[in-house]
Amino acid sequence: MSISIKNISKSYGKVKALTDISFDIKQGELFGLIGPDGAGKTTLFRILTTLLFPDKGEATVADYDIIKDYKDIRSHAGYMPGRFSLYQDLTVAENLTFFATIFGTTIEENYDLIKDIYMQIEPFKNRRAGKLSGGMKQKLALSCALIHKPKVLFLDEPTTGVDPVSRKEFWEMLKRLQKKDITILVSTPYMDEAELCDRIALITDGEILQVDTPQAIMQAFPKTIYKVRTSETYRLIKDLKTYPKTHSAYPFGEYLHFTSTDENLDPEELIHFLEQKKHTQIEVEKIDASIEDTFMELTHTREVNAHD
Amino acid sequence: MTNENAITVKNLTKTFGDFTAVDAISFEVGKGEVFGFLGANGAGKTTAMKMLIGISKPTKGEANVAGFDVRTQAEDIKKSIGYMSQRFSLYNDLTIKENIVFFGGIYGLKKSVIKAKSKNLIDELGLHDEADKLVGSLPLGWKQKVSFSVALLHDPKIIFLDEPTGGVDPITRRQFWEMIYREANNGKTIFVTTHYMDEAEYCDRVSIMVAGKIEALDTPKNLKEKYKVDSMNKVFLKLARNIE
Repeated sequence: MSISIKNISKSYGKVKALTDISFDIKQGELFGLIGPDGAGKTTLFRILTTLLFPDKGEATVADYDIIKDYKDIRSHAGYMPGRFSLYQDLTVAENLTFFATIFGTTIEENYDLIKDIYMQIEPFKNRRAGKLSGGMKQKLALSCALIHKPKVLFLDEPTTGVDPVSRKEFWEMLKRLQKKDITILVSTPYMDEAELCDRIALITDGEILQVDTPQAIMQAFPKTIYKVRTSETYRLIKDLKTYPKTHSAYPFGEYLHFTSTDENLDPEELIHFLEQKKHTQIEVEKIDASIEDTFMELTHTREVNAHD
Repeated sequence: MTNENAITVKNLTKTFGDFTAVDAISFEVGKGEVFGFLGANGAGKTTAMKMLIGISKPTKGEANVAGFDVRTQAEDIKKSIGYMSQRFSLYNDLTIKENIVFFGGIYGLKKSVIKAKSKNLIDELGLHDEADKLVGSLPLGWKQKVSFSVALLHDPKIIFLDEPTGGVDPITRRQFWEMIYREANNGKTIFVTTHYMDEAEYCDRVSIMVAGKIEALDTPKNLKEKYKVDSMNKVFLKLARNIE
């Protein structure tokens, strides 16, 4: 196991940030921690990178204990925090040299590992980090997190606020790094990125909802999903809320994703209801669940149970 | 949508030194339209938006927002629009009620109006138990919903939303879009930027900015047909990659 987490809990005063979290990450895995802001992702990262003590539970990173062996973890883990945390007043090259030096290495020694990423920002190596564009800052931060050749890489929301093109390039970089036998734990609020991971944990309100491969999570979706469209989206949302057999109806791009309280629902019945409501250009089609569907279903069920 | 335009932009340009951030963009947004303003990081979206909300003077070109000229009537524009972004929304150290009173005051609303609006807003969002809590203690999704409602306090004609749903959980994100639809349905014009390409599909029309220029502007459906792909994400990737 590259990372092993057992019954970790952490509170800040009355706020429970993490409640009894347990899961394992295998050597060489690209593992995604998927959940919205405030789910507890950053708290878990800070515990695993030895910056914060858990209240309860234990964890190991690269077989080192997060409390007893914290110094070993610091030399074998790379951490890219969510907020840009390099020195804005140092140049690109100075930042990289700085991080290499504090880890007792040189840029030359591990250049192979970062070459692919660093080459793209090398033309700007004399520019101050604070003056870089978002995409370039991200590449520099990743280079700095990798410069000591870590066994495990922690990336906290590396793609938040980044446009789709840069996000796609970033994931391509991660796939290449994974081939160099680095275990990667990456967090993201973008559900579509979940499918790019080997395995994922869905997290919300400090609790893990599910851990599995993205494919298994999507296949385990408990209900039949239909995509529904008519000529008037806003009215469709309102009308589906009044339909007695609606379990959930959420906008998804140009469609609504609909599940019913009745698993034996005949789609014709739904179409008939929409016709009665004077909708036109009605489309109803059965589809496979996405990670986002699953996430919403799990949080929905959780909230309903919490109110019972 | 009527023929009346909420926003008309002609050759709008902004340069910083010899760098052209916004390069002669032109477009129109109809009243009651949900208009998606997309682009890669650094494409010039924020600069363009700042000119439209009257806080940055164009170098060249013209724009009319809610019937006012961005060059000469910036103050009138500020009174006629609502604005919210992920970065600056509400004061964390004030309660929900205090934020409403504060922003109502900024917009020059009468005390009685603020009181009535405040009650409406709290009723609508079902926030009775939270109304006297500090905004900083609320989950992000709620903050953003309150923030949107506060941006509507002075009954603006146009609402500018700058990445309103970043990091928000998927269910709240959708509740947020339902609020957007509701306002558009009430005749408000919505101008929104987002990095979620599925949200781009909720818009009536979207524009995609690449390197300071608007490279595409149409309904999501037409754009997907034109570029022969099945999602806005792919349209975006095609446009932004081909040009680089």
